[in-house]
Amino acid sequence: MPIKVLFFASLRERIGQSQRLLETDTPLTLQEVWQRSSGETHLPDNVLRSVNQTYVDANSLVQPGDEVAFFPPVTGG
Amino acid sequence: MQHVDVREMPFDPWQYLADWQAQQLPENARSGATAVFVGTMRDFNEGDDVIGMYLEHYPGMTERQLATLVAESSQRWSLDAALVVHRVGEILPAQPIVLVAVWSAHRAAAFEACRHLMETLKHTAPFWKRETLSNGTVRWVDRNTLG
Repeated sequence: MPIKVLFFASLRERIGQSQRLLETDTPLTLQEVWQRSSGETHLPDNVLRSVNQTYVDANSLVQPGDEVAFFPPVTGG
Repeated sequence: MQHVDVREMPFDPWQYLADWQAQQLPENARSGATAVFVGTMRDFNEGDDVIGMYLEHYPGMTERQLATLVAESSQRWSLDAALVVHRVGEILPAQPIVLVAVWSAHRAAAFEACRHLMETLKHTAPFWKRETLSNGTVRWVDRNTLG
């Protein structure tokens, strides 16, 4: 099962894509997911992250089949 | 009773409140206090004239995050009911963006819970604003105002 990676708002525009599928049979760290999906080496502190639609910290492990999202600070309300 | 509604269509918050209260809230005398917050789109931001806005969100996570916030607040303040309605998509100045309403036995809980829900929503619910200025510039809003 691939890991599905989503990018939102200004980050989507910066990365140049809204979605990416990462083929993997083993868990990846969030840092590895970021590197393989964005092409950037370092995950910036101000990029928020969720796994399966729940906020996670930058050291989280991602399982095959998970949905990961990266996005800028939120500005609703 | 808890309700979250993320919607593209414009809405009248007062009509929404009246309808929801009439249809969903039981007719008992538990709730002595109702606190309501309505957030409306301004036609200015950071010193510039703003003529339109697009609100992007993360479908699925948005609803989930709002439902979690409402559930946590309802427990923490013993709310009788709580309602969050939030617009997405194209929004024009003077249109309501967000409605937060809570019902509880006493006013302190109602005021506190309403404010907490609104402030927490602004910092955790995955919405992003992209505004169009009167000179045609389009820009992402990168931070919330202080309050």
